[in-house]
Amino acid sequence: MTTETLIWLIPLPPFLAFFLIVLFTNRNKSVSHTIAIGAAFLAWAGAMLVFLRAIGANELGKEPFTSSINWIPTADTWLKIGVLVDPLGAIVLFFVAWTVLMIFVYSVGYHNFGQPVGDHDQAGLPPEGATLEEHGHKHRVPSVEPMYSRFFAFISLFAFGMLVLVLSDNLLTLFVGWEIMGLCSYLLIGFWYAKPSARDAAVKAFMTTRVGDVFMLLGIVFIYSATGSLSFKDIFQPQVLHTLAVVPTPILGLSAGGLMGLLLFIGTIGKSAQFPLHVWLPDAMEGPTPVSAMIHAATMVSAGVYMVIRMFPLLSLDPRTMTFVAFIGAFTALFAATIAVAQNDIKRVLAYSTISQLGYMIAALGSGAYVAAAFHLVTHAFFKALLFLGSGSVIHGMEHGVLHTGEHTDAQDMFNMGGLRRKMPITFWTFLIGGFALSGFPVLTAGFWSKDEILASTFGGHTAVFITLSVAAFLTAFYTMRQITLTFLGEPRSPAASHAQETVWTMTTPLVFLAIFAVGFGWTGIPEHFPILGGILPNWFHEFVGSTLATPPEAAPFNWIPLLVSLTVALGGLLVGWLGYRNVRSAKEDALQIPVLKRKWYFDEMYDFAFVRPSAWIAETLIYQWMDKGLIDGLLHLFGKATAAIGSTLRNVIDKPVINGFFGDGTAHVVQGTGRNLRPIQTGRIQQYMLFSLIVLLALVGLAYYFLMRV
Amino acid sequence: MVPLSWWLILSAGLFSIGLFGVLSRKNAVAILLGVELMLNSVNINLVSFWRYGDVARMAGQVFAIIVFAVAAAEVAVGLALVISVYRQRNTVIADNIDMMKW
Repeated sequence: MTTETLIWLIPLPPFLAFFLIVLFTNRNKSVSHTIAIGAAFLAWAGAMLVFLRAIGANELGKEPFTSSINWIPTADTWLKIGVLVDPLGAIVLFFVAWTVLMIFVYSVGYHNFGQPVGDHDQAGLPPEGATLEEHGHKHRVPSVEPMYSRFFAFISLFAFGMLVLVLSDNLLTLFVGWEIMGLCSYLLIGFWYAKPSARDAAVKAFMTTRVGDVFMLLGIVFIYSATGSLSFKDIFQPQVLHTLAVVPTPILGLSAGGLMGLLLFIGTIGKSAQFPLHVWLPDAMEGPTPVSAMIHAATMVSAGVYMVIRMFPLLSLDPRTMTFVAFIGAFTALFAATIAVAQNDIKRVLAYSTISQLGYMIAALGSGAYVAAAFHLVTHAFFKALLFLGSGSVIHGMEHGVLHTGEHTDAQDMFNMGGLRRKMPITFWTFLIGGFALSGFPVLTAGFWSKDEILASTFGGHTAVFITLSVAAFLTAFYTMRQITLTFLGEPRSPAASHAQETVWTMTTPLVFLAIFAVGFGWTGIPEHFPILGGILPNWFHEFVGSTLATPPEAAPFNWIPLLVSLTVALGGLLVGWLGYRNVRSAKEDALQIPVLKRKWYFDEMYDFAFVRPSAWIAETLIYQWMDKGLIDGLLHLFGKATAAIGSTLRNVIDKPVINGFFGDGTAHVVQGTGRNLRPIQTGRIQQYMLFSLIVLLALVGLAYYFLMRV
Repeated sequence: MVPLSWWLILSAGLFSIGLFGVLSRKNAVAILLGVELMLNSVNINLVSFWRYGDVARMAGQVFAIIVFAVAAAEVAVGLALVISVYRQRNTVIADNIDMMKW
């Protein structure tokens, strides 16, 4: 099989799995998850094969694996559908395939496969546990998710969307994959749809990303109208790019290319939860944890960053667009990190951390650090998936404790945890690795190398970005250590935590695999001039991904300042986090429970005030009350009244007097009157009749005589 | 022999008396009597025309006998009806027998 054919086939298994599960195997849990995982495995195997061939290929950047067929006829050309695997695509495909497979396997354990059906569980609510009777005493155990098959169907479709997006060679199919994921995120965040908070979060996520998607679609349309093609290959031709760079637009004085880049980037702001469209992502934590990992690591948010990295040649045409991108990224990185330090929900900390780390990538890209952005995208996907799955494992362990003790403890509040390192060793160690990678723990972890590369790249000409990112990096290390300390170290703060239990192998195995990548993947991108370590391993990642661009970027020159800053903030943040939280007993002792941070800088309130309530007002008062009931209904009522008036006039003037009175009743009256007047002669007396007959006879005889006899 | 017109005048007189009786009397029996008078005046007519016409042709006589027969039958039925009505309603006054009247 040629590589191109293989690439075409990669997204198919999850797609088929979706339909198989939805149409046929919905009732059978084990068949459903077998199909889904089998499909994910096939996609994974195909992706690995393609990846191996990609790294083995000569000059993949100049001659990527690509093939396309005509899809939609336009006037004299075709919109093409096609696949493309260039170095960037290969790398993204690699981590997507891995994380997706791991998340699929993890979901089996997370949704309590093999456990009994819950006592009171119902579809649309998280399972609440089942009571088992054993050796004469009852105890409660986790129960299986009621909508188990449905979950696997949705994540299969989700995986399909991501694979389509990664493998497409044009903006059209990329957008299709993009929107499939948008739909799936809506379905999965609202998976427990009977919970009002999950419903609201699903709607919020969908609506917020829609704002970005509209702009992205505008950008795509603009590109198509300007270049006549949506294929990356056509758009990125030097002469096309050159034309786009010089053609001015009326908007903000940007060049056409700059405006296209800006519009597409707004799509990314929505999808990758950048400021100011970041609000949906923390609320998306209402979904099941594998969904969080899926959305926050492997797929959706990565898709946004992947898209801007992919469109980098277009984006870099206008320096103002790049400045805007860098500003948004850097600001988001810092802004989200400040919120993360005050969150108590284990998953919400990670959600804000994700926003912050995506800001890193965006900022790196805005500073022109193409490879660094891609590198951080990959490493982040691994360690953030690891952290999310780890947090899910922690929550699961806590829920076990909650069921055991029978108390109502919030299983996601970190201040109820503590001391879990002894209860859940595998989760602890993998989470520690993920956390250290996120903090950028020196040398060992992947996060260090990618973050260091970003800092080194921004150090040169983008001092403001460099400083912002450094502060954010410090906060990142701090809140990560705060999280680890509160969750795993110290002593249990609640009975549930002291009865927590390590989770099943289907959940821990993915953690181990992801932990390997969270450490090992960084070694593929060690800068050449790094002291001591540089040069031992070649900087493979930079060369490989850099070759995607027509002119491969230079590696950032080595400088001690960013390295020292990177080391200081990472280790300093970790140390401060540990020192600050190792003895905290409850949320009241936490100095960082500042309202403005707890309330996320009041963004939800602001949006509620600025958008939600005006929208509701427009809908309820303006449209419904005034326009619909007042104007439209008023007009209709006016028509009604006018018609009624005409009708009653016709009735009173024509129908009643003329038709009824004259013709209808009049005829009857005449007939009746005639009858009444003739009634007296109908006496019923035979003698009278005979008398009349006699008179008439005589009259007739007289007449006959008169007329006949006269002649 | 008296002329034919005398008989005809007698017949017309009898007929008129009978007709008057039928129209003016209230008693059903008297009405029947009037009817009989009218029938008999017709008989006088028939017989007179026979006598003064072609005597060999017996149609006038025969017709008169048929009228007798019919009159007898009619009176029999009529009286039976009157008696029946009298038993039912205890009256023979024609005006009181008005059940069928509007």
